[in-house]
Amino acid sequence: MIGEFGAIEWEALKLSLAVASRSVLVSLPFATLVAWLLTRRRFVGRTVLDAFVHLPLVLPPVVVGYLLLVLFGTRGPVGGWLHRQFDIQLVFSTAGAALATAVMSFPLMVRSIRISLESVDRRLEEAARTLGAGPLDRFFSVTLPLMLPGILAGAVTAFAAGLGEFGAVITFVSNIPGETRTLPLALYTAIQSPGGDALAARLALTSFALGLTGLLMSEWLARRLRRYLGQ
Amino acid sequence: MLDVSVSRRQPGFALDASFRVDGPGVVALFGRSGCGKTTLVNVIAGLLPPDSGSVRLGGETLDDVSAGFHLPPERRRIGYVFQDARLFPHRDVEGNLRYGLERAPQQAGAIAFDEVVALLGLAPLLGRRPGQLSGGERQRVAIGRALLAQPRLLLLDEPLASLDATRRDDVLPYLERLHEHYAIPMVYVSHQFDEVMRLATHLVLMDAGRVTASGTLAEVSLHPALRSIVGPEAVGAVLEGEVVGRDEEAGFARLRVGAGTLRILSDEPIGRRLRVQLLARDLILALEEPTGISVRNALPATVVTIAADDRHADLVHLDIGGPRVIARVTQAATRQLGLRSGLPVSVLVKSVSIRGQRHS
Repeated sequence: MIGEFGAIEWEALKLSLAVASRSVLVSLPFATLVAWLLTRRRFVGRTVLDAFVHLPLVLPPVVVGYLLLVLFGTRGPVGGWLHRQFDIQLVFSTAGAALATAVMSFPLMVRSIRISLESVDRRLEEAARTLGAGPLDRFFSVTLPLMLPGILAGAVTAFAAGLGEFGAVITFVSNIPGETRTLPLALYTAIQSPGGDALAARLALTSFALGLTGLLMSEWLARRLRRYLGQ
Repeated sequence: MLDVSVSRRQPGFALDASFRVDGPGVVALFGRSGCGKTTLVNVIAGLLPPDSGSVRLGGETLDDVSAGFHLPPERRRIGYVFQDARLFPHRDVEGNLRYGLERAPQQAGAIAFDEVVALLGLAPLLGRRPGQLSGGERQRVAIGRALLAQPRLLLLDEPLASLDATRRDDVLPYLERLHEHYAIPMVYVSHQFDEVMRLATHLVLMDAGRVTASGTLAEVSLHPALRSIVGPEAVGAVLEGEVVGRDEEAGFARLRVGAGTLRILSDEPIGRRLRVQLLARDLILALEEPTGISVRNALPATVVTIAADDRHADLVHLDIGGPRVIARVTQAATRQLGLRSGLPVSVLVKSVSIRGQRHS
């Protein structure tokens, strides 16, 4: 009825997984840092940083893609420098798709990490202090392990959302087969092409299965982690 | 050894406390809940910086506000056993115990892992998670964890407060052994006088953020400030003495205190040093040693001072040949006996009302 799972589907699926995982890996340390700053530090410009981080939630994704294009295009201030210094080109590349995805899912990740950081019992950090642990030591030996469930939840949510990022990606890196054509872009292309109904259905089902697996896995992992933390 | 003189203002509370203790020992910080004991301990630990004043330990300055100096807690090497244990939930018992050990300087004569495990009876718990421990077990692990960080001073903030009476009696012997075994000075926060009696060598009384008295346990037990904490019924001198004889048939030990001896019901052997508290309300004063009564103890004494305790009772301070005791008598009795300072009297006390307490 809807035919066989073919090369186009595989390519889109692999690309989506690659883009989403790269975006999560890149943004995870930054999101942790920003979450820590916003939760634990009082500094001038904290509110501005907070608002800035949440911008992708309220801006149309096309605007985010456009801003990325302006900044990271080969003639943009950051993109031009990357191109000259390291011969890195983000526009029209998988790396660019990962960047756009990372920016879009950044607020989700920060939010989830922040919640987990707020729930870390600071009295345990005090205990670590009296046992001789300095600030960094404390963070890595007490705070971070206790935040793991939240970080994991944030990563999974960001990954799942990243699989479906459309607007910012197509604006920033266009729709190039094998390079930037992820599942939603392939699905969009299939819908636009005459006779692409079956392909579109297969791609939609793939997305559906992927999302469901992700949610179930995150639930299972969170339960295991909570047991590990004795909660 | 420990010299603290600090003040700190917090919303709704002001700490303004000074005390000084020389030589290693167990300092009990004693006072009612909310009097600032925990705040003071947090200042000593370095977790709360003082607004003014200084903290010195064994000749080293830990805080000196006038010089702008504050040594962070992680560099103080002061062990802290919190009221709520605060074990790391993501580490098992062994991981918790090793946390401080791994971060402590390597030194000769260090407190060893196996030794602490044996001393605190932790061997069967090593693989467990904090969530699988009882309250008493958690506190024992917390004590071991603090010890293994090789502290120069050990702070214990009501480590038994969250435990019921049975669990408290499970943990207390470990605390006693701790002081006998290691010569680490300790600050022990408590609002239970029986814990103080068992553990402390020095007593610091606190009330509303201030130190109202400090000194050896025997000295401070005579101080009027103690009454406002424990109430009139629990006032009484703490005496230390040595068992000099036994009457096996009757189960008595004869304890020499000052110029006299006390018979107390005790199995302790000759030579053992014991601590007893003679509650002021249990003491009877007689002008001459009576005969034909069941009271087994009559200590020769001289009246030192008499002060009104409340509307109808006096507190009479008595010298029993060095140490002092307090008796609570009615003002009518003071008048009838003609009590005045310098008067020789006999202090009578029932043997069964005295409990000998081994102490470290």
